[in-house]
Amino acid sequence: MAEPHAHAAAHPDHDHKPHGWRRWVFATNHKDIGTMYLVLSGTMFFIGGIAAICIRAELFQPGLQFFDPQFFNSLTTMHGLIMIFGAIMPAFVGLANWMVPMQVGAPDMALPRLNNFSFWILPFAFTLLISSFFVPGGAPAGGWTMYPPLILQTGAAFPMLIFSVHLMGMSSILGAINVVVTIMNMRAPGMTLLRMPLFVWSWLITAYLLIAVMPVLAGAVTMLLTDHFFGTTFFTAAGGGDPVMFQHIFWFFGHPEVYIMILPAFGIISEVIPTFSRKPLFGYEAMVYAVASIAFLSFIVWAHHMFTVGMPLAAQLFFMLSTMLIAIPTGVKVFNWTATMWKGSLSFEPPMLFALAFLFLFTIGGFSGLMLAMVPADYQYQDTYFVVAHFHYVLVTGALFGIMSGVYYWLPKWTGHMYDLKLGTWHFWLSAIFVNVLFFPQHFLGLAGMPRRIPDYAVQFTDWNMVSSIGAFGFGLSQLMFPYLIIKCIRAGKPAGARPWEGAHGLEWELPSPPPFHSWTTPPSDALIARGAAH
Amino acid sequence: MTDAHAHDSSQYYIPHHSAWPILGSFTLFTVMWGAVFYLNDWLGPWVFIPGAVLLAALFFLWFGTVIDENQRGIYNLQVDRSFRMGMMWFIFSEVMFFGAFFGALFYARVLSVPWLGGSGVKVFTNYILWPHFEGTWPSNGPAHVGGRDGSFSVMNPLGIPALNTAILLTSGFTVTMAHHALRAGRRTPLAIWLALTFLLGFTFVGFQAHEYGEAYREMGLRLTTGIYGSTFFMLTGFHGLHVTIGAIMLTVIWLRVMRGHFTPQRHFAFEAVAWYWHFV
Amino acid sequence: MTIRETLARLALTAATGALTLPASAEESGWAQLNMPQGVTDISRKIYALHMEIFWVCVAIGVVVFGAMIWSLIAFRKSKGAVADTTMVHNTQVEVVWTIVPVIILVAMAVPAARTLVEIEDTTKTELNIKVTGFQWGWEYEYLDAGVTYYSHLDRASDAARELGSRIDPDSVPHYLLNVDRPLVVPNGTKVRLLITGADVIHSWWVKDLGIKKDAIPGFINEAWFKVDDNFTGMLRGNCAELCGRDHGFMPIVVDVRSKADFDTWLKSTAAEQKQAAAPIPPAAPPAAATAAAAASG
Ligand code: HEA
Ligand code: HEA
Ligand code: CUA
Ligand SMILES: [Cu+2]
Repeated sequence: MAEPHAHAAAHPDHDHKPHGWRRWVFATNHKDIGTMYLVLSGTMFFIGGIAAICIRAELFQPGLQFFDPQFFNSLTTMHGLIMIFGAIMPAFVGLANWMVPMQVGAPDMALPRLNNFSFWILPFAFTLLISSFFVPGGAPAGGWTMYPPLILQTGAAFPMLIFSVHLMGMSSILGAINVVVTIMNMRAPGMTLLRMPLFVWSWLITAYLLIAVMPVLAGAVTMLLTDHFFGTTFFTAAGGGDPVMFQHIFWFFGHPEVYIMILPAFGIISEVIPTFSRKPLFGYEAMVYAVASIAFLSFIVWAHHMFTVGMPLAAQLFFMLSTMLIAIPTGVKVFNWTATMWKGSLSFEPPMLFALAFLFLFTIGGFSGLMLAMVPADYQYQDTYFVVAHFHYVLVTGALFGIMSGVYYWLPKWTGHMYDLKLGTWHFWLSAIFVNVLFFPQHFLGLAGMPRRIPDYAVQFTDWNMVSSIGAFGFGLSQLMFPYLIIKCIRAGKPAGARPWEGAHGLEWELPSPPPFHSWTTPPSDALIARGAAH
Repeated sequence: MTDAHAHDSSQYYIPHHSAWPILGSFTLFTVMWGAVFYLNDWLGPWVFIPGAVLLAALFFLWFGTVIDENQRGIYNLQVDRSFRMGMMWFIFSEVMFFGAFFGALFYARVLSVPWLGGSGVKVFTNYILWPHFEGTWPSNGPAHVGGRDGSFSVMNPLGIPALNTAILLTSGFTVTMAHHALRAGRRTPLAIWLALTFLLGFTFVGFQAHEYGEAYREMGLRLTTGIYGSTFFMLTGFHGLHVTIGAIMLTVIWLRVMRGHFTPQRHFAFEAVAWYWHFV
Repeated sequence: MTIRETLARLALTAATGALTLPASAEESGWAQLNMPQGVTDISRKIYALHMEIFWVCVAIGVVVFGAMIWSLIAFRKSKGAVADTTMVHNTQVEVVWTIVPVIILVAMAVPAARTLVEIEDTTKTELNIKVTGFQWGWEYEYLDAGVTYYSHLDRASDAARELGSRIDPDSVPHYLLNVDRPLVVPNGTKVRLLITGADVIHSWWVKDLGIKKDAIPGFINEAWFKVDDNFTGMLRGNCAELCGRDHGFMPIVVDVRSKADFDTWLKSTAAEQKQAAAPIPPAAPPAAATAAAAASG
């Protein structure tokens, strides 16, 4: 069927790019759109972070110092929503936009206009969400998990929450479709599936997860909407429904969602560690299968978030076992990364430093996750700061550090400039130290019995809360170095060659830095591809 | 599909800056705000309606551009393939959306209603909170929510519903016939089969509307009739909505056929809509 | 307490490895860092399970992190290490590090499953108490004895927790962990709780009993405990499911008494409640006002 089309008139002005604001607002270029995603993500990270700082400030001491409890709950809720949907996910989509076409040897994403559409939905979605702070009743305060019946008590903000979630969902689905199609249809001849870099692989699988579960979230919040406004009783026992039904539907989305936030990070780590170990990735195929099986398992573990709702014994046992299984493919990945460093020749530039921190700290987060999977023990952990510690280890030192590693890795490629390595190293050490001061004590708090989502606590929790808050301020302030470093790099970095990291493999490094407006206007040669896929 | 097809990227069409995406997301935003205003009754529907109209208009214009580019033949087969894959995955996401509601139906029938009736682990739920409620389906819950003073009767599946199913199945057949005609390049039968398809589609919607009317007036079966009403109307409602959209898209395709669009080899839009139609 | 004091104490902790706190005497230093053993057979089993998983993770951590740290030290470029680029995979090792975790996981799953089965066995209970969570407090109903009452955050904590009340929480005994009327239960008795919610989902959690069960409106969840024969005293817990504005302010206090004391208490209270003209006015708890506010807000 691949009969080349008769009058396929290639656009004449191929490499000319629009200038001024039009370049961004009307963008169809994967790099420009990727940049916009990354900028949005950074902004949202800071907004969500300021919410977090307010939380930590209130929790610095027992007693209420700053906020009304209701407002505190709004802070927690918005912090969670903004960080997950605003900071982490757009960052990964931005990286996919930048890197996937370059890594598979394509000129651009498959559906450029759709691409820009998926991006521009997001700023509007967050405008809608954040402006809910200013309507009667205040911002949603039911937790990012939006459990009914509590969430139905939200004031005028309620429909704003629902519709912003709908918008975020649409954006993610369309974005994911674009990634799948790009990977499936735009690969250069010779770029076979098992030659693809692991970042592309993990994004392909992540995209499938997104397309599968975002609509389910949309369905769940739609039911909330109709329960609130149109008198349906999906989540009301009196009408034959069940509040817990929402939790099942939500977590059917929610658990894959957490892997959506880690798999692309796995991909980044699998690119960075070989580069700075100057050694091919150990067990490439095993890594691919591991990601695939994690993705599969993520669909059958959801109720491990719901062990205390009173499920039948059999269900609890099933979800405990299925959850524990995930440790195996994840373990395979951890071991393969370690084996990649083994007998390598390691150097410690910022991307590698963040990747190493990921390796250690994500694993710690994984361990606590495994503890949470033990149902009887989870009866004690559930809804305490032990859970908060768990998911910040996997999200902040997992997902976020993964993103930072990726940005430090590809920044010279994007800008054509090398950044200030010393400053990056400082940023790393401050972050790595403070993040542990911030989150490690939360394990103790949880075990000692401090519930999450509370604005005030019993006095015996004071010490570790103070430590945690100090860590938060330190970590937060250290993050200011990141945008500074990036701007400095764009403005005044020394020129970086096409391959600033000697150990770097992959098609993106065969292009000049910065790469041409349309990455691969002619597909890369088989030799290039083979050189890139060095495993 | 599993390995890349050879293609000459210099022929790959990358649209240069386009205003549709930003306008699209902005109008979408207006619609959402409109809905917020409406539901919070701040301004009534007066933001929502214009927003919806603009959104609809906008997508017609956007697709117009795409169709026009396609007619000018600046798409190569790879672009065509991208569109197909995109459409397939979009339909898959729609399936998952319905999945959520089927999940709810399943949960209510198999778990929550029996539990409220005291089965399994929830004996005391029934004994203490909802005595003398048997958890049998269909149900509007232990409090007999909504309906005709708490009672309701269900649709007779052998009535119009059966007819409607038949209609949809036939329309699936007619659209396939149209496709064959198109591939064989026989335009007249194509036009006829296609017209038949969307007419059947609209008939379906008509019947469903009539059914709803009866349900509300005579049978006490409403959206608010407990979990049965909720699941029934949400599922059939979203389905009806999709049939309507599908029928409209078929109509557009038909108009394009009348304009002589589509070749036996190249008719992505047609196939996309056909797939969508099979999905509904 | 001031930051300086705290930091000083933490420094001291680092040295002595035990924290000592002014406010809560019964909180030993260890209680700051780990799960309590609790006062029931189950809670101790849970604790044992928790420690077992913990040490397993530590052990695995030692191995995995050991390997990582070793490669960080031994294979640095700066020390002139050259990469062995031929080392790209090795089926034996990969099989090993897939199988070994499986074994470990099974070893962890078995005791977990056993404990769980025990927890879920609610037969042969001697006393039934219906527990209803509401915004924001708890209602306790002794089903067979016709005793019913509400339990709220105690006045002292309630005053101190107001935004900008100049009351130092340290001066309030059991700040946020005290109630006006605790749940009274006998020791050495298998007590079954029938837990439900009045408005939104709450969760009844007393860690020393090893119980956390959600209180779901319209449904009843069962949980049970059997406090050690010789134990008497107060156990403290919280609501463990976000339930609105005052989620952080609906503690749980369980007053465990000897069987004899409990029986006398139950009889007298039953008598009181009978002779009180109306059974017990289901007087809207003070919290209800704020609840309505939250709902309408
Ligand atoms: C990036 C996100 C992310 C990731 C990757 C994970 C990974 C895991 N999570 Fe986590 N989780 C969250 C994000 C994440 N989680 C969030 C956000 C919540 C809270 C949601 C909310 O309530 O707000 C949560 C909550 C949560 C709960 C519910 C807690 C509760 O509310 O009671 C549970 C329970 O089972 C759980 C388990 C796990 C497990 C078993 C893994 C596993 O995937 C971990 C696997 C990894 C390892 C085990 C380490 C490496 C492996 C080895 C070194 C091999 C050898 C190891 C062994 C054999 C043990 N998580
Ligand atoms: C996905 C990512 C993600 C990320 C990156 C973070 C980052 C942080 N989170 Fe996260 N958090 C969640 C996801 C995330 N969180 C989720 C899902 C929940 C659950 C919500 C719920 O219960 O519903 C949660 C809940 C949560 C809680 C529990 C709240 C509660 O239960 O009431 C706390 C408390 O300490 C907390 C703290 C922090 C801190 C201090 C950071 C820090 O890492 C943030 C650091 C960043 C900054 C500080 C911004 C940058 C710096 C500046 C803007 C300069 C100004 C800074 C200063 C003046 C110091 N978070
Ligand atoms: Cu009740 Cu939280
Ligand atoms: Cu999970």
